[in-house]
Amino acid sequence: MTADVLSQDLSLLIPELLLACGAMALLMLGVFMKGEGANRLVQWLTVGLLTAAGLAALFLVTGEGTAFSGGFIFDSLARFSKVAIGLVAAIAMLMAMPYLQAEKLGKIEYPILVALAATGMMMMVSANDLISMYMAIELQSLALYVLAAFNRDSLRASEAGLKYFVLGALSSGLLLYGSSLVYGFAGATGFDAIAIAVESGPTVGLIFGLVFVICGLAFKISAVPFHMWTPDVYEGAPTPVTAFFATAPKFAAIVLLARILIEPFGGMVEQWRDVIWILAALSMGVGAFGALTQTNIKRLMAYSSISNMGYALVAIAAASQTGVWALLVYMVLYMISVIGSFGAILSMRTREGMVEQISDLAGVAQRNPGLGWSITALMFSIGGLPFMVGFFGKFFLVYAAVESGLMILAVLAVLFSVVGAAYYLRVVKTVWFDEGEVEFVPAALSIYWVTRLAGLATVALLPVVGWVVYRAVSVGLTVL
Amino acid sequence: MFGEFEAFLSILTFVPAIGALVIAIFRFTARPEDQALIDRNSRLVAWVATMVTLALSIILVMNFDRESAGFQFVHEIEWLSEIGMGYRLGVDGISILFVLLTAGLMPICIMASGAIEKRVADYMIAFLLLETLVIGVFCALDLVVFYIFFEGGLIPMFIIIGVWGGQNRVYAAFKFFLYTLLGSVLMLVAMIYMFLEAGTTDITVLLDHEFARNAQMWMWLAFFASFAVKMPMWPVHTWLPDAHVQAPTAGSVILAGVLLKLGGYGFLRFSLPMFPEASDYFAPLVFVLSIIAIIYTSLVAFRQTDIKKLIAYSSVAHMGFVTMGLFAMNETGVQGAIFQMISHGVISGALFLCVGVIYDRMHTREIAFYGGLVHKMPVYAAIFLLFTMANVGLPGTSGFVGEIMTMVGAFQVDWWIATGAAVGVILSAMYMLTVYRNVVFGELTNPKLENISDINRMEWAIFIPLIFMTLWLGVSSTVVTDITAASVDNLITNYNAALPAPAQ
Repeated sequence: MTADVLSQDLSLLIPELLLACGAMALLMLGVFMKGEGANRLVQWLTVGLLTAAGLAALFLVTGEGTAFSGGFIFDSLARFSKVAIGLVAAIAMLMAMPYLQAEKLGKIEYPILVALAATGMMMMVSANDLISMYMAIELQSLALYVLAAFNRDSLRASEAGLKYFVLGALSSGLLLYGSSLVYGFAGATGFDAIAIAVESGPTVGLIFGLVFVICGLAFKISAVPFHMWTPDVYEGAPTPVTAFFATAPKFAAIVLLARILIEPFGGMVEQWRDVIWILAALSMGVGAFGALTQTNIKRLMAYSSISNMGYALVAIAAASQTGVWALLVYMVLYMISVIGSFGAILSMRTREGMVEQISDLAGVAQRNPGLGWSITALMFSIGGLPFMVGFFGKFFLVYAAVESGLMILAVLAVLFSVVGAAYYLRVVKTVWFDEGEVEFVPAALSIYWVTRLAGLATVALLPVVGWVVYRAVSVGLTVL
Repeated sequence: MFGEFEAFLSILTFVPAIGALVIAIFRFTARPEDQALIDRNSRLVAWVATMVTLALSIILVMNFDRESAGFQFVHEIEWLSEIGMGYRLGVDGISILFVLLTAGLMPICIMASGAIEKRVADYMIAFLLLETLVIGVFCALDLVVFYIFFEGGLIPMFIIIGVWGGQNRVYAAFKFFLYTLLGSVLMLVAMIYMFLEAGTTDITVLLDHEFARNAQMWMWLAFFASFAVKMPMWPVHTWLPDAHVQAPTAGSVILAGVLLKLGGYGFLRFSLPMFPEASDYFAPLVFVLSIIAIIYTSLVAFRQTDIKKLIAYSSVAHMGFVTMGLFAMNETGVQGAIFQMISHGVISGALFLCVGVIYDRMHTREIAFYGGLVHKMPVYAAIFLLFTMANVGLPGTSGFVGEIMTMVGAFQVDWWIATGAAVGVILSAMYMLTVYRNVVFGELTNPKLENISDINRMEWAIFIPLIFMTLWLGVSSTVVTDITAASVDNLITNYNAALPAPAQ
């Protein structure tokens, strides 16, 4: 009987098991098979592993339910998120390969760490207990700290890694402290039990604990005022690592935040809505204005990501079914645009090495029309301008906010999007209007195609936005 | 013949985009040494695509049922229907002529782009995309589809101004983009509110939906923020002179000829029929702004030293007639406003092309630089004279019909509005005739003008359709009013029915 329960439990964990066991196997493979060939093999296998994990969540896990006495949940939200995380991590890994080779960073640890981080993220979106939540977060964070400092000979990368680690540890501390308060006042760590405690009336202790939990997670999604690390880490970390940071971990953390606020703490929506409201408004504003003066494109992307996480918080502040699917649609469309933009940044390689000033892009549209048009489409998409798919992401967020009566937040969101448009336009302006001589060497095939296809997707996906929305709408989450 | 063919309107809308795609594929896959060849051929592809669109839109107008006030050629595709959205296109008497205007001006723009030498393929892609987006605005029967087309048009126009524009193009492009975007995002929030209120984004349904009076006020203001900037109305017109002066000739033509009509069309499609009570309430505000626009910008135009800037300010003044006619909300006023928009599209386009002719030769738009052109360019002088007179509103040209109809419409509301507009007509004669005299008449004193040549065959081909349209519309205004009558009637009937009976 225990074997039955165990196999039932494990059947819900197929994607994570695949990733964790695969990562171990690849580690062994890398250790025993030395040389450049082994690196390439492990990298390729990791891409396959991540894709397989994403697809496994879609096809292999047939049932839905909880496992390990309610500590782990596999519902449609988890399924949707795992597919997205697996695929986007695979693309980020694919883009990293030519970079690692060129920068002589091709060590087998890189793909293994990406796989372990992805395992952590997949567990984050399935966390149904404070303890499993913390374990999942730490698994992904520890892998990410190392990745940030992966180029250990570079001063900036080491600094980025250290900064990320210290602040990450602080946020983990806040999260743990908050969790302990919640445990103390709710008497349980399971989300279902906490929900029951919250139903019977929010106490000061619970609110206090929840605020700390929110603060801890706000670090992970780099919401203002917990955003200070983001520009430095984005700039210092190797570019493919930044591309990874900007997509999958953000997605996992925001889904986790949505789940924890809406499921166990759904009864306290009146208490936490104001907190999220302020975080959202501040993030959108600080991100948008902060980006205006940046000259380094990776820092620009950092501020852009701060601002865009603010938008994602708008959907959470809506605290409704609409808000949840709007969040998912938004994050998927956003990740497509961001991964493509980092493809463009990875294409910025001259004979001397990588360049990352915005001004290095001057006149790209003339010399390299494919790259120029792709950057244009991607920037407009992140900015949320029609007729790019990014528009729909923002549209549904504002829709959810208006539906929940958050009129002021909705107006703030659209006004900050105009400020945001100003700096995306600045990139487009550099690409199109300025004259420049910086010659890029031809990009590697994977980077070339990710950039072009993502650029194309921002326009070509418009007809099938309905399908994404449909998938997201069908994500059932027990909401209020 | 084509009435039963459902996708006709979609095909019409997307033909230019397909042309753009064809150019793009060749542009991105060609080797660097073949780019010159692609530049040459892209002109041809663009011209063919725009001409096909023009032919299709002529077929559209010929098959249009003038008796019916409803939407025709409706094309619907299920899209995001889970939450009440959809892809819907259709035209009625109000929008169909704008489709024709856009389709008609585009081939002219392509032909007038001979002076563009750098990055021709990108230029053509941007123009073709712009055409699809603008036609889409006029055909959209769904709020979100409308908004996508409406805002999407900013992107190609931003690139057109910024890449092929004049000295100060970057500033002008940013100002154009951010100014109009800021206006439009507020409209987006209002649209979402309407969506949630009515549960659908179908414009045909929303036209029959009655919104609460209080909500109408807010939504009217939000839509006004967008349309007033697009129009542009005083005091949010300042982006227009910058954009016009910096844009290349064809960009100015499309900006003045078509993009300025989006605001007026928006009032007709949304503000007036959907928020009648708010429109009635705010009408005096619109009248005041219109009269200020007509008089003030005419005076400003008089003091300009740059010909393009002068015509840009004159456009603002002429759009003042449009808003005045629209909010008069009687048959003459609204018909006149639509007529004025069509006529201004032709005339201002032609005037910018006239400036383009001498700019291509001398590379300056300073009025003081020119003088005595009639001695060297008699044919040009005649053509320029015709459009100058049309812009002033000389009877026999289309400019006269639009101005007189909007003024008669406004007179029925209040005589002082019409009086203010009449002052504007005098002022427009003052600045247009002055600039014409300074540029064309007088002695040829500037030695640089000695070798200036008269218009060539290509320029003839560009001007002939515009001359024809100006005169034809001027003597036979029923060409336009017959098509618009049924829809305008319907609009006004519904509008009056929605207003509470005046307390007497």
